[in-house]
Amino acid sequence: MFAADLSRSAAFAFRFIFQSISLDLQMAFTVPAHLAAIETELHRQTRQRALYSFLTIAGLIGFMIVGFEAADEANAGGFLQGFNQLLDFPLELFRLSFEAGWNWFPLLLKYLPALMETIHMAMLATFIGFIGAVAVSLLASQNLVKSKLAVATMRRFMDLSRAFPELVLAMVLLFLMGKSAVPALIAIAFHTIGALGKLFSEANENADMRPVEGLTATGANWFQQVRYGVIPQVLPNYLSYGLLRLEINVRASTILGFVGAGGIGEQLTANIQWTYGAAVTAIFVLLITTIVALDYLSRWARSRLIGANSTVEG
Amino acid sequence: MTTSKLRHRQIQSEFADLINPGWRRFIAPFSVLLLGFAYLVYLFFFFDFAHIGNRWHADRAALFALDSYAHKVHIDTSWRDMSKLQASLEGSRWERYETLPDWVTPSQDGGNTIDFGEDGAITLFADRIVMNWSAYASPITIRKPGAAGFSVESDVTLPSWLRISKSKVDIRPTLYSRVQVYKSKITLHRYFVGWEYFFFDFDSPLRDHSLADVFSLVKSGERLDPTQSNVALVLQEFWTNSLWFHRDVFVALMQTIFMAVMGTLIAALVGLPLAFLAAYNVTPLAGARFVLRRLFDTLRGLDMLIWSLIFIRAFGMGPFSGILAIGVTDTGTLGKLMSEAIENIEKKQVEGVQSTGANRVQQHRFGILPQILPLFISQTLYYLESNTRGAVIIGAMGAGGIGLQFLGALSTGTDWENVAYISAVVLITVILIDMMSSRLRRKLIG
Repeated sequence: MFAADLSRSAAFAFRFIFQSISLDLQMAFTVPAHLAAIETELHRQTRQRALYSFLTIAGLIGFMIVGFEAADEANAGGFLQGFNQLLDFPLELFRLSFEAGWNWFPLLLKYLPALMETIHMAMLATFIGFIGAVAVSLLASQNLVKSKLAVATMRRFMDLSRAFPELVLAMVLLFLMGKSAVPALIAIAFHTIGALGKLFSEANENADMRPVEGLTATGANWFQQVRYGVIPQVLPNYLSYGLLRLEINVRASTILGFVGAGGIGEQLTANIQWTYGAAVTAIFVLLITTIVALDYLSRWARSRLIGANSTVEG
Repeated sequence: MTTSKLRHRQIQSEFADLINPGWRRFIAPFSVLLLGFAYLVYLFFFFDFAHIGNRWHADRAALFALDSYAHKVHIDTSWRDMSKLQASLEGSRWERYETLPDWVTPSQDGGNTIDFGEDGAITLFADRIVMNWSAYASPITIRKPGAAGFSVESDVTLPSWLRISKSKVDIRPTLYSRVQVYKSKITLHRYFVGWEYFFFDFDSPLRDHSLADVFSLVKSGERLDPTQSNVALVLQEFWTNSLWFHRDVFVALMQTIFMAVMGTLIAALVGLPLAFLAAYNVTPLAGARFVLRRLFDTLRGLDMLIWSLIFIRAFGMGPFSGILAIGVTDTGTLGKLMSEAIENIEKKQVEGVQSTGANRVQQHRFGILPQILPLFISQTLYYLESNTRGAVIIGAMGAGGIGLQFLGALSTGTDWENVAYISAVVLITVILIDMMSSRLRRKLIG
């Protein structure tokens, strides 16, 4: 009887102590006064965020309005007047192409060699840039090269070659080497080394190092470690980035044609200057078909290679 | 037979094709390699790499390179009166020095000695020129040319860098010194490393002040120009430098950055709403989605370059056309990218928001937007970076800005120091924007 009482009162005491402790704990976190403070703080923060978002958006809109006016003023023609003329040029092109009738179609064949030259330019530049980028990126990866100086030097080199707009280098080289595709090719390849090199070195640094350790244990030298430990892991990424770059480089080599590198870009400027509408639309069709085809082709190949849509810009 | 041998044989038979993969295995990769190699060989002849050396003007390149980091001072005189010397900057008619530089001194025997530093020195007399080059053992004397042509005298055979033609004698012992002797006149060039008058131009009152001088002048000096303070004068003189065009370069740079920023902003503000409209989990209308998708493809496929040509035709040359070209192209790219991202979001968050009784707009705002915002911001910043380079390029095509400035400096064919200056400005700007945007990206999306 006594024992039962004792155990019951002990249980009661335990429960009382436990409950009061847990209540205390609860109180410590959710005292009503604190709750109110937290709520006001929340409201204040919400208001503040709304104010900040509003100010940012208002600032952006203000910047755009002021900017539009400034740009409109600095421009040779006015906005409203230009807006009315916006469709004039494309419509004129269509009218002229329509007038050409069946003669329009042979134009596609006529400009095909120029298009091929542009594509060749892009292919070779991408190839050279790709090889250069592989070499540079392997030296710029911290997990593969111990020397911090080498890594930093290579990274700065990549920054520099990436920052050079192709056009700037291409124009200087065109001046020195005369008008041909080779200066443009060199310029695009140089830019490609930096652009791809950065992506490649990121891929290298994300590679699993265990195969390399395994190879080190077998006594493999640096080249063997890289060749059998790293390259198999990163090659799909390399190729996928390379394909994307090829697409970008086709555009770049077209642009460089404008400043005398030959290819379809040169034909395009000449025809635009003389307003040979039919030729201009034929070149547009060739260019857009190429770009869209390359887009689909590279997306298909990339999805085969790495199994996902990846987006890169550089 | 032991177990390990048995296992060994078992492995050998199981992976026979891996251990000894027969020659058929290599047909496909080998033919791909062969095709690639054949293509490379074809390209080698297509671009005529074998004769690339003929097209490359190494001497011209060396001269341009020299001009991009060094400047030269000309000393001109004529055989008629060898005592009259005129010093000028790069031979310009507008930048003639009032006094001769301190490396031109009268010699004891009645001539004028021009010191070429480490390269040597030459002395001009009334009827002859005596040259002492450190690259050549004995002095060379050139007599005043008569009807017979030039007479060049030396104890030893003449060096290869001395070239005599019918009209002139051209002497260039190093890149940094050059003497040209004509029938009637003589021109001497001495090169100095550095960009001449980078801060203050030739006609500026501050021309010959060193940087320390300018600082002390600004801090506590007599007013050079009584109508304005020294600070204002220094800034104005720097700003209106007529050799380096700091103001024009700065304005052009701002135009280019502005083009990139405005173009990217337009693309972001137009592309995002359109992306929502082109995503199947937001817009039920298949027709509208199809139209938008094809619109994105067209905007992207036409390329920034073609857009800039069309806009320049319509709106004239200037940054406005550039902004529109960048904005329109990237609306297509961002729109396509973000609509794909919207279609790949986690549905559960939208359902959660929906269960609280939110309407469609609120579901999109609080269910979808937070999921795609990090990608959106990081992609927009990427495009800002590449658009800075793009703005330089379409600027040179006619949209203005630093690209056009670069083209202008290049097309003169002589102002290589300006080409180098503008290239450096472009490079630094692109690298800075690159750094800024990657920092911002890290800060915003962690």
